[in-house]
Amino acid sequence: MSDNLRTPLARVKGLGSAKDGVEHFWVQRLTALALIPLTLWFCFSVASLPSADYAGVVAWLSSPFNAVMMVITVIISLHHTQLGLQVIIEDYVSCHATRTTSVVAIKFAAFLCAVLGVFSILKVALGA
Amino acid sequence: MTWNDKRPMSPHLQVYKLPLTAKLSILHRGTGAALSAGALLMVWVLAAAAGGEESYAAMHGFLASWFGQLVLFGFTFSLYYHFCNGIRHLLWDIGKGLDLESTEKSAKVVIGATAALTILTWLVAL
Repeated sequence: MSDNLRTPLARVKGLGSAKDGVEHFWVQRLTALALIPLTLWFCFSVASLPSADYAGVVAWLSSPFNAVMMVITVIISLHHTQLGLQVIIEDYVSCHATRTTSVVAIKFAAFLCAVLGVFSILKVALGA
Repeated sequence: MTWNDKRPMSPHLQVYKLPLTAKLSILHRGTGAALSAGALLMVWVLAAAAGGEESYAAMHGFLASWFGQLVLFGFTFSLYYHFCNGIRHLLWDIGKGLDLESTEKSAKVVIGATAALTILTWLVAL
């Protein structure tokens, strides 16, 4: 028997009372790390566009490099956003039902935005 | 540490002068929340471009207006602040710079780097 109240199985799984261990923390840091080069690329790439009109944006997204980088930026940034908003909601919303509903809504909305963003990039990039 | 005096210990928020590090901590969460709207705007612009010339022109018209430019400036400032302070957080996560003196110093570096990156980006853009 262990000398504390947690079972040996619970300790070896290492998931803690929240049942998901350090998964949330770790993914938030991984996406943060990925967003360091992506943010710099995104800001300076957009800022240095010769023209931000329709033709300029279509030309920019028609470059395979820009399209792939933009797809990655949309997916990673919305994943990071969703993880961060979840923390804010869990910190401030004490009513269990409201909290769970809000977190689920945030996750669904972020997924919808990511898919819409990726579809839009591909549509412009492939000229459909 | 011995604690002999009987004064209340927790900060009284109406009279307590928040240290710079605490203000920046609040700003990190604030800009994070604001950047959710920024991410939404990014997807919206992409969707407008996918919608064709007309829908993009409407979005472009908004972004080029004074209010649109203000929104974009707030977006870049929030993004760069969250970016710089996020790197500070990642350094803390690997155990670097956690003492009081280092956090005061890195706070000032974050403010300087945020201003520099924001100004540089707008100099490139305009």
